[in-house]
Amino acid sequence: MAEPLLQVSDLRTYFTTEEGVVRAVDGISFDMAPGERRGVVGESGCGKSVTAMSVMGLIEPPAGQIVTGELLYKGRDLLKLAEDEMQQIRGGQIAMIFQDPMTALNPVYTIGDQLSETIILHQKVSRREAKEIAAQALEDVQIPNPMRRLEDYPHQFSGGMRQRVMIAMGLSCNPDLLIADEPTTALDVTTQAQIMNLMLQLADDRDTAVMLITHDLGVVAGFCDTVQVMYAGTIVESGTAHEIFDDPQHPYTWGLLGSMTRLDDAKQHRLHSIAGAPPSLINLPGGCRFRPRCEFATELCRNVLPALRVGDAGHVVACHRADEFDLKTLAADGTSLEEVAS
Amino acid sequence: MTDTIGRDEPGAVAAGDQFTEAANLPDDIILRVNHLVKEFPITQGIFFRKQIGAVKAVSDVSFEIKKGETLGLVGESGCGKSTTARSILRLLEPTSGEVFYRGKLEGSEETEIVDIASADRSTLRRLRSELQIVFQDPYASLNPRMTVASTIAEPMTVHGTESKQEKLDRVKELLRVVGLSPEHANRYPHEFSGGQRQRIGVARALALHPSLMVLDEPVSALDVSIQAQVLNLLEDLQDEFELTYLFIAHDLSVVRHISDRVAVMYLGKIAEMTDRETLYERPMHPYTHALLSAVPIPDPTIEAQRERIILEGDIPSPANPPPGCRFNTRCPKAQEGVCDVDVPELRELEPDHWVSCHFPEVIHVV
Repeated sequence: MAEPLLQVSDLRTYFTTEEGVVRAVDGISFDMAPGERRGVVGESGCGKSVTAMSVMGLIEPPAGQIVTGELLYKGRDLLKLAEDEMQQIRGGQIAMIFQDPMTALNPVYTIGDQLSETIILHQKVSRREAKEIAAQALEDVQIPNPMRRLEDYPHQFSGGMRQRVMIAMGLSCNPDLLIADEPTTALDVTTQAQIMNLMLQLADDRDTAVMLITHDLGVVAGFCDTVQVMYAGTIVESGTAHEIFDDPQHPYTWGLLGSMTRLDDAKQHRLHSIAGAPPSLINLPGGCRFRPRCEFATELCRNVLPALRVGDAGHVVACHRADEFDLKTLAADGTSLEEVAS
Repeated sequence: MTDTIGRDEPGAVAAGDQFTEAANLPDDIILRVNHLVKEFPITQGIFFRKQIGAVKAVSDVSFEIKKGETLGLVGESGCGKSTTARSILRLLEPTSGEVFYRGKLEGSEETEIVDIASADRSTLRRLRSELQIVFQDPYASLNPRMTVASTIAEPMTVHGTESKQEKLDRVKELLRVVGLSPEHANRYPHEFSGGQRQRIGVARALALHPSLMVLDEPVSALDVSIQAQVLNLLEDLQDEFELTYLFIAHDLSVVRHISDRVAVMYLGKIAEMTDRETLYERPMHPYTHALLSAVPIPDPTIEAQRERIILEGDIPSPANPPPGCRFNTRCPKAQEGVCDVDVPELRELEPDHWVSCHFPEVIHVV
């Protein structure tokens, strides 16, 4: 196996607030290979965006702090780099696309100025050459008349077009890793299809690794090779997309998939909802964090936080009872979780 | 005038045309929307506000809702689905058109048919208790300075005759109905999560025993697991209280789950309207095809095999909609001289399958 591009081990990112310490990311470890497309999924507050911000070095002290952990990018620990060294990597080798393209672009500068800024910062080129690279970048994301559009301001672009500009900006320096944080959440579904199609094509052509952060399991199914499911600051399950979708091992993953309405589901059967709501990250329950909402929970789950266990071929799950039930056959049988649990 | 182009063309059979008289409303129909138009003026100047144009948010929309069913109104942002709903409830004044509603007559089994669009204030006020709405944003639609009890009791304070104790009892009952605990009555909205707030919004809408509920993107702001809880709740309530839903959403998989019939809107017009199964299994409008093919399915095996119809460009501005078919600028099947000239009427091509397209064709997308 090739050397990992990114190795995250035991990352803990905490925020100090008036109410207490928010343990947004609490001990996660994962690797990304070059060219890998990894989906980071979970509901609001599960720590998926904070994971991305930590990798990008965008956690601002004193409120936010990376308490422990190692972030090895091509063997170098990003956490030990000086700010100017980190600046070389950020935007150049690791780029990020944000959810809301309107707030991520500066309204008083032209698109050309903003694209050139990144290019000049990371590549030794003149202003004119930067403009040509910028025009090429806009052409790559299929924006018509790129030379002319460079003179336009963000408000002259539609939502989908702005997100294309963000992608152009992210890819303008040929990064090895692109972090996309909910890139299509603010967009309509037909525009989402355009953007995901474009990202897939570009990432494939350039062999760029992509960390796709999203709450939409449908988008993940079409885009990602590997998936990690997060809950309350921890990874509860990770594996290939096929393993996660076809053979979910963690009750949370299973519940999440059962909660989804599906376009290809002709039967209006009742949705399997997960009772309750995610816990407060200030006041986490003891033992397994999913325990208060889990139908399988036992005394062991109450007391001991389950560690990630490696199953077949890198499919890992953090559940004490993962071996006892075969959730896939349960789903096929139509047996409800309540029946199994009792 | 552009909004009515083609309405009077000979030979065109538009939805709703055959029923212009209120008296013709069949017994099982609770709401009939007839040629509804809503335009927002664009003005210029400070002293002499001259109208220089109009945003044609809803252009000649007609449909019916049967009693007890759920009609899903689906489309992308700016297609006019929310404006349609708000014009029906007269939260916005419709520019033209009729909205016939079959209301309960107090103290009898009889019903009355009222045109909401032209009803006077006192009639409207009477109808308000039967027509309720749940809004999208559970953070913005509850007053942060009112307790849950006073929020839910407010419709009763305005319309009802209940005593203080009766109101409190009803609030507690409603809280139980929507899956909250009666002890929550004296808390404030900030103490609740998004899903719980949406339940409070539903309880408020139920307070006056409504017949028709407009659900305007009720689950869009919620996380998946919470979304499922609220969808299940809405289904239970519909069975329990015999409610009729107008369910507005942009998420086609949610709409498939909850609706009996579905209308797809694009740029202020209905593109296609039929029952749920037909719409998803045998859609005929090219926009419906593109929309359905764009929705991701949470299954990597299926996703790898799917072929997407990727639309070119963006949705045009409703202030300046394209001539002819509104979808012609992005339609893969558009033909010059036809689609950019003639407005396609919404026609019934099969029993209860309405399509507005010059070149309709069944394609299996899902």
